[in-house]
Amino acid sequence: MKGLKIVVLAKQVPDTRNVGKDAMKADGTVNRAALPAIFNPEDLNALEQALRLKDNNEGSKVNLLTMGPDRAAEVIREGMYRGADGGYLLSDRAFAGSDTLATSYALSCAAKNLEYDMIICGRQAIDGDTAQVGPQIAEKLNLPQVTYAEEIIKVENGIATIKRRLERGFEVVECPLPCVITVNASAPECRPRNARFVMKYKHAKAKTEIAKNATDEEKALIEQRPYLQITEWNVNDIECKAEELGLSGSPTKVKSIENVVFQAKESKKLGTSDEEIDELIKDLFANHTIG
Amino acid sequence: MNNVFVYCEIEDGIIADVSLELLTKGRTLANELNCKLEAVVIGSNLSGIEKQIAPYGADTIWIADDERLYPYTTLPHNSILVNLFKQEQPQIAFMGATSIGRDLGPRLSSSLHSGLTADCTSLVIGDFEDKKNKKEYENLLYQIRPAFGGNIVATIVNPDCRPQMATVREGVMKKEIVDANYSAEIKSIDVNNFTNSEDFVISVIDRHIEKSKINIKGAPIVVAGGYGVGSKENFQLLYDLAEVLGGEVGASRAAVDAGYCEHERQIGQTGVTVRPKLYIACGISGQIQHTAGMEDAAIVIAINNDENAPINQIADYVITGDLNVVIPKLINYYKNNSK
Repeated sequence: MKGLKIVVLAKQVPDTRNVGKDAMKADGTVNRAALPAIFNPEDLNALEQALRLKDNNEGSKVNLLTMGPDRAAEVIREGMYRGADGGYLLSDRAFAGSDTLATSYALSCAAKNLEYDMIICGRQAIDGDTAQVGPQIAEKLNLPQVTYAEEIIKVENGIATIKRRLERGFEVVECPLPCVITVNASAPECRPRNARFVMKYKHAKAKTEIAKNATDEEKALIEQRPYLQITEWNVNDIECKAEELGLSGSPTKVKSIENVVFQAKESKKLGTSDEEIDELIKDLFANHTIG
Repeated sequence: MNNVFVYCEIEDGIIADVSLELLTKGRTLANELNCKLEAVVIGSNLSGIEKQIAPYGADTIWIADDERLYPYTTLPHNSILVNLFKQEQPQIAFMGATSIGRDLGPRLSSSLHSGLTADCTSLVIGDFEDKKNKKEYENLLYQIRPAFGGNIVATIVNPDCRPQMATVREGVMKKEIVDANYSAEIKSIDVNNFTNSEDFVISVIDRHIEKSKINIKGAPIVVAGGYGVGSKENFQLLYDLAEVLGGEVGASRAAVDAGYCEHERQIGQTGVTVRPKLYIACGISGQIQHTAGMEDAAIVIAINNDENAPINQIADYVITGDLNVVIPKLINYYKNNSK
């Protein structure tokens, strides 16, 4: 059987699950520098599904596509360490300020540069939790979508069989290729880095990274081994309308942002002594909270 | 024209609670905007479905009834809404932040090139000044939601595109019958006209949906555990306490992620929202994502080793200490005092 061409969409996100005290600046904005940048967790679940399809369908290729600043090439390298064949970085100031719709427009224009049978991505990114970009890309590419996927069971005769995890159960659907699939956190975790791939790809870099910080030896090595060159596209490398990008392409506007401050209310402080607990229970009975 | 629309989800012939909650919210906003509230139901065997919807104040109920429309698949539901919305030009459209609404909403927003805000926790009408373009807008929908892992609360508006779309999780809004005999106009949708055969390429070949057995939303007392509970075994203490108090057990996302508790019990922005008369938070630090789902509890007791845990700031009673010591004492003194 001829292999599958799979594009995995991955996002580099600030690790909002490990927010420390210095994560917010005094003016209430987010201090991105204080948060480690990580591979969006559900995109790793998506990568694993893609790699499993590659394992089971000889001749398949898995490529990552990410949009972000030049350091976002890190997620492409990370994916290559785990078994992806390569990746594409879409990076341009023109994309700054994009909401989900402008983001999905830019990514769908980039996807048009690629050949694919499937586009697979995580259900949502932890910095926004919107779960919108996957379905919006599907719409822009006029492809069917399967969201909340837990397992891509098989691909046969151009049809993918996919198990979806829903709130109170699951369903299995059949969807013709090409299609867009978004993968849930309940799907199997991504395999770890493979030492062989780490050795092979550790010098892989995108154009801007090479210009900024590659040593002469690295430059020579990348010249010699084209697979170490991560393809980097800017706005001129994709066919798109400028007014659909960034802030101008975003229907949603942020009216205001509030730093979360808990409102202190009078609370009664108690220890763990028998008397204090007894008193508390009596209180609750007295005001009919329990009884 | 320019009315408020709610997409009503349906499972086994029953309109989802979240849709009724959105109708209630939609009714309030429609009154404020002096427009009508319209509901859309898409499915099969829908005769009589309007009886479940009208009491919540829907002025018009659009019904698309076709056997191919249930169970839900994305494309035909999307096509119907795209065509209906192009015809009716709603100013606001809501759907539940469920696995259906969060699948359909973004596709629809892309089809209509309109803005969508996911998982809103509050929806209000207000004005907006676009300082950059020197434009002023009246009566926009403020779509308010926590963002960035719950560290900020953002107010989002869609100044220029319509409809202004938002999804909301179940339990965030209250549902309330306006009038048991509220009269709604029924309009049936010509499904063949609003869909095409390519919309039916995805087939559902197997489906298992369980009725929810756990009812933490309606429980008057919730005993919730966080990561600080420490293990699945320790969670048993919480079940013991909930049982004697006549409550249910809930959990924070961290406890669910750690495998201490099933996902159905998750409380917070990405779980259910509860409004019990008593909320006992055990080993919960109190991140905003969690407190967003319980801050309306009448009385909050926080049990935590850390006297600086954020949850303490919204608690009526703060017990600083080991929950393994405190919970058995609570059970004990409850039994002693209840006669």
